[in-house]
Amino acid sequence: MSPGIIIAGAAETTRLGKIPDVSTLGLHIDGALNAVADAGISLKDIDGIATVAAPGPVQVAHALGITPDWIDGTGVGGTSFLLHVRHAAAAIRAGYAKTILVTHGESGRSRIGAARPASTAALPLGQFEAPYGTLGPTTTFTIPALRYMKNYGLTHEQLAYVAVAQRKWAARNPRAAFRDPITVADVLASRLVAYPFHLLECCLVTDGGGALIITSADRAADFPKPAVHVLGTGESSETPMISQMVDFTESQAFRLAGRDAFAEAGISTSDVNHLMIYDAFAHVPIYGLEALGFVKKGEAGGFISDGHTEPGGSLPLNTNGGGLSYTHTGMYGMFAIQEGVRQVRGEAAAQVDGVDISVILGNGGMFATSGVLVLGGSPR
Amino acid sequence: MTAPAPARAKPAPVPTPETQPYWDGCAAGELRLQRCADCSEAFFYPRPVCPACGSARVEWFTASGRATLYSYVINHRPAPGFESDGPYAIAVVQLAEGPRMMTNITGIPNTPEDLVLDMPLQVTFEQRGDVSLPLFGPAPGAGAGGSS
Repeated sequence: MSPGIIIAGAAETTRLGKIPDVSTLGLHIDGALNAVADAGISLKDIDGIATVAAPGPVQVAHALGITPDWIDGTGVGGTSFLLHVRHAAAAIRAGYAKTILVTHGESGRSRIGAARPASTAALPLGQFEAPYGTLGPTTTFTIPALRYMKNYGLTHEQLAYVAVAQRKWAARNPRAAFRDPITVADVLASRLVAYPFHLLECCLVTDGGGALIITSADRAADFPKPAVHVLGTGESSETPMISQMVDFTESQAFRLAGRDAFAEAGISTSDVNHLMIYDAFAHVPIYGLEALGFVKKGEAGGFISDGHTEPGGSLPLNTNGGGLSYTHTGMYGMFAIQEGVRQVRGEAAAQVDGVDISVILGNGGMFATSGVLVLGGSPR
Repeated sequence: MTAPAPARAKPAPVPTPETQPYWDGCAAGELRLQRCADCSEAFFYPRPVCPACGSARVEWFTASGRATLYSYVINHRPAPGFESDGPYAIAVVQLAEGPRMMTNITGIPNTPEDLVLDMPLQVTFEQRGDVSLPLFGPAPGAGAGGSS
């Protein structure tokens, strides 16, 4: 049996939201310092580094005075940090590193020290999608939804209710960007961004970040906070172009990453007490619930609008308020992990009773890539 | 008074050697796709390998240009060059030959009422810089969508 892996430290940046006085790199540093403090260790204890470019792992390590024995720059969008945890687990088991720092920092709103995206004009994406007037995720991640609605009868009201349910969680979280209760009517009255999506069905754009300290479970007693065990992990990719998804009513990458993570952890959906599904847009939790097998195909919209995922429901989902209400820097996966860690530790703002197993589903590059983590309060 | 900002051009594709035959086809008013010579799978986007079986024996053929409307959004925050279009559909169509591709829908109002999923469409071409770009409009004789 493989040695166990734990998250020994986890923290977000000191502030979230609009932070025009801190650069992208500065957000990485702030998150890293907070995570190191949370784990009760020193930066000099870290021998492995993972983050996305830019600034990338070399810059972050150098800024923090870390000389790594192991480096991971996997950059596959907002789920990258879930993949970093998976890769870190493998590296620790292989003996390549003992204490790995995973960082995220993004000046998504203020754009201070943020990298410009590289030109994609000659890539398939640039030749076969951009000429049709795509402009980021609001115009592409959203395209499959109408096909899902037609095939499975998901209503506009049910789609809107995803945002309503998550706002109920955000109302309990002092760090959430939006906390005022909303109704389906409010969502449907907000301006259209890309039909059928209204503004309140789209994620925020904020500044912020966070970091994690990953190490082996045999050191669990060495840290001040309860260990959060990484019980299972999965990753997969489908297509960089939304038009080339195999089936617009389901995410193959979600399903495959989830299958592997659940199998490694040896759990089924009935074992899960808490769930995070990266909600860049209101339809993503619907796709995620079905891909992970919590409900049958076509049932997730009704499951959410019947109240099962909101406070008091049987399957607490996106309990920080999610990308729709809590925060969304552009690569939200780190924040989904952070909330899973807090829930397992029992220190979340909207704490769910008795969370032993938390599952985190991340997406990257829209439906391009997925990572899934199964976190637990005890080893299995 | 300041002069209005110069109108930006819509983005034009930059062909690569592997995709040039596709764009040459568009310039000739034809939608050209690739097909695998080993497993017969038709596929899109152009590339020198069959995604179904891994064969490098791929060949070009001229597609019918017939398609149906698979899914879309109507974008209210225009990309550079699309500012004067009003809300426009970014659509994915199901080609009669099997593959799907992104496109814009022309010749019909881009409204939820007019754009009915599975409606039949036919390829048409629009000049974009040096390149001819395939768009889709209502199939001849199929009506113009609407409240069917």
